[in-house]
Amino acid sequence: MINLELSEGLKNMDQLTRGLAEGMLRPISRKYDIQEHADIPEMKQLEGLMGGGMPGAKKDAKAGAESSEGGDVMSTLFSSDKSNPDEIKNGGQMTAVVTVSNIAWGCCGLMLALPGGGLGNAAIQSVATPEQKARFGKVYAAMAITEPGTGSDSSNVSTTAELDGDEWVLNGEKIFVTAGNRCNTVVVWATLDKAKGKAAIKSFVVPKGTPGMDMVRMEKKMGIRASDTCAFTFTNCRIPKDNILGSAEVADTEEARKKAFGGVMQTFDNTRPMVAAMAIGVGQASLDMSKKILSKEGMKQDYTKRIYNCSASEAELYRMEADLESARLLALKAGWMADNKLPNSKEASMSKAKAGRAGSYASLKAVELCQSLGYSTDNLLEKFARDSKILDIFEGTQQIQQLIVARNVLGLSSRELK
Amino acid sequence: MSEQAAVFDLTLTEEQRITRESMQRFANSELKKISREADEAGETPKGFLDKTCDLGLSLLPIPEAFGGAGMPRSPISNVLNAEDLGKGDFSLALAALTPLAFINTVIDNGTEAQQEKYLTPLADEKFKAATIALMEPKATFEPSAPETTAKKSGDKYVLNGTKVNVVLGTTAEFILVIAQEEGGNVEGFVVEKGTAGLTIESKKNMGLRPIDTSTIVLDNVTVEASAKLGEGQKSLDIVRLIALSRVGVCALALGTCEAVLEYTTQYANERIAFGEPIAYRQSIAFMIANMAIELEGMRLLVWRAAARAERGLDYHKDAYLAYVLCSEKAMEIGNNGVQVLGGHGFIREHPVELWYRNLRAVGILEGCATV
Repeated sequence: MINLELSEGLKNMDQLTRGLAEGMLRPISRKYDIQEHADIPEMKQLEGLMGGGMPGAKKDAKAGAESSEGGDVMSTLFSSDKSNPDEIKNGGQMTAVVTVSNIAWGCCGLMLALPGGGLGNAAIQSVATPEQKARFGKVYAAMAITEPGTGSDSSNVSTTAELDGDEWVLNGEKIFVTAGNRCNTVVVWATLDKAKGKAAIKSFVVPKGTPGMDMVRMEKKMGIRASDTCAFTFTNCRIPKDNILGSAEVADTEEARKKAFGGVMQTFDNTRPMVAAMAIGVGQASLDMSKKILSKEGMKQDYTKRIYNCSASEAELYRMEADLESARLLALKAGWMADNKLPNSKEASMSKAKAGRAGSYASLKAVELCQSLGYSTDNLLEKFARDSKILDIFEGTQQIQQLIVARNVLGLSSRELK
Repeated sequence: MSEQAAVFDLTLTEEQRITRESMQRFANSELKKISREADEAGETPKGFLDKTCDLGLSLLPIPEAFGGAGMPRSPISNVLNAEDLGKGDFSLALAALTPLAFINTVIDNGTEAQQEKYLTPLADEKFKAATIALMEPKATFEPSAPETTAKKSGDKYVLNGTKVNVVLGTTAEFILVIAQEEGGNVEGFVVEKGTAGLTIESKKNMGLRPIDTSTIVLDNVTVEASAKLGEGQKSLDIVRLIALSRVGVCALALGTCEAVLEYTTQYANERIAFGEPIAYRQSIAFMIANMAIELEGMRLLVWRAAARAERGLDYHKDAYLAYVLCSEKAMEIGNNGVQVLGGHGFIREHPVELWYRNLRAVGILEGCATV
């Protein structure tokens, strides 16, 4: 039955996480934007946001949003569902969309600095065997995919992994590793044989401190400054043979190769709606703050007048909100599909494409609408506008999402539509 | 089950699924097929509106006591119908749904006696036209503050003003004229066909060409006090009327945009330029991707507004945002639909220019297609 309201459980989660974001993240958002790579002592308390301490995380069982043992957002994403298979679920994916958008509303930079919230943990959660999970223990894993010569074309990875006895030997350079400094483990994409293309790309779990692994640089960025972004080199870096995620076999048929890489890329079907949620959160933060500033100066919104009979500012706020709401529903839909075991690659990309641009639009417009108040560092609007940009870039740029949607809609392969 | 009803869900009910199938079939065989011919002729093909009676659009919601089927008021089902019919042809779908807009508004706001009087004649096997007259010829027109006046005179009301884009105005048995009373209240007055002082003239627009969109001049049109919708404190909820008709117009737009997306998808895959289908080029492919993305976002927003209205939640904000989004994005989709076909899109041999002209009505139409 068509209903686009959140379940009671999700509504509670929505209120709860918004409150936490407002009370805990907002007040320190500017401080860590300025201090950039500083230690964040408050993070201990904040671990509860993404980690086990989140009250209410298990209350949603009725609606299917039962969180797994860890109780954190990333593990709810991949939790196995034990409830009635015929029942429509509002589960872990939807919970994550709601939660992530609120935490990012509080501060996107800090959100990305929260331990265990990244792609690395997502990959381990979704691919590691129970034995591996037990052995790795409680990890805070970053993900290393991008290289100086490989960005959106992630199948072009040239970091190598070679088996030598009981160990893999990694060689290569990785950049744009989110949380590379604060994490304790890095999941590294490397190729077993570059000649074999996508199918030979595997991911490896490399604990920090492994000899041959060096963190060479922390990037200085326009936004999300509270989150560290690192470059690594791997020089004859040796890790146990069992630290590979998934199988070490390289598929030899075209079909099997596609499937193998498809499996790796499927992680993105789960994480793209999360990045969409971040963009929605930052956009919403901009919208809320600009509304507040403008209403102090007498602007009113009644949501009835024809848009061209409103003041330009009022009209702009409606456009921003309409855009953000449609993005929010797209992300919820992608999450809902995943929760109900429907393939959602297209919808995941749709949500990220829409949210990425809606977030940029809203945050940049908010600065412009509030004039000097928007541009000044006295307010957070300028920070939101710096933070939002990355959300239309990482985890697949706007253009990559359009490419995926276009191939899906047009029924074209990557060879046909490049 | 009640617990299940409370989750976010995009699954159609069995009934909705079956209804959608027959709507889509009808849209394909009865609307899409005659769309171009009707546009060229500038008139609704004979017999078309009668055929739509098979769908029960008017009959279903009219209470049983007044000859209808008494189906519960369902904005979401109305949205699905409009979407499916709108895919066949925006204008013809709008005409087919126009009596329903009147019926829904009378059910929402009218007294028992008014429902009996105005709905009974519409519960017919043959198509009976009834309509709402809200829009006025002014660039800064505001639907919540029409300038048409209703002046109380004894136990009658005297109406004066000009209404435009009154769908089926010339044939309507009943026209619900939205007017401002002295004191500023906006009310609805049912004016019956042939009432003295009415001048009705069918006018043409950039789009919506096959259907009758009339300009109605009310020159001292006098109606009984009982023709004013509602009674006592409970009279026309103009905000609801505006919101639910915006949702209806958006729903029609969803269908037409879906048609644009399908057509351009196929065209781009078949049209060869530079030795390969133009779909292989990102500049074309991304336009189509964006159509799909925006359309899905529009749909979810429109559905949410309708679903909220159906469940008795406040839906005004959602309806407003849906209209804001659809006004912009539906036109963008219509515009890019022509662009993908290039010069061919400009020729009246392809339907994209027709969709372009019709989609410009989104963001303009007010007070019709009320779901």
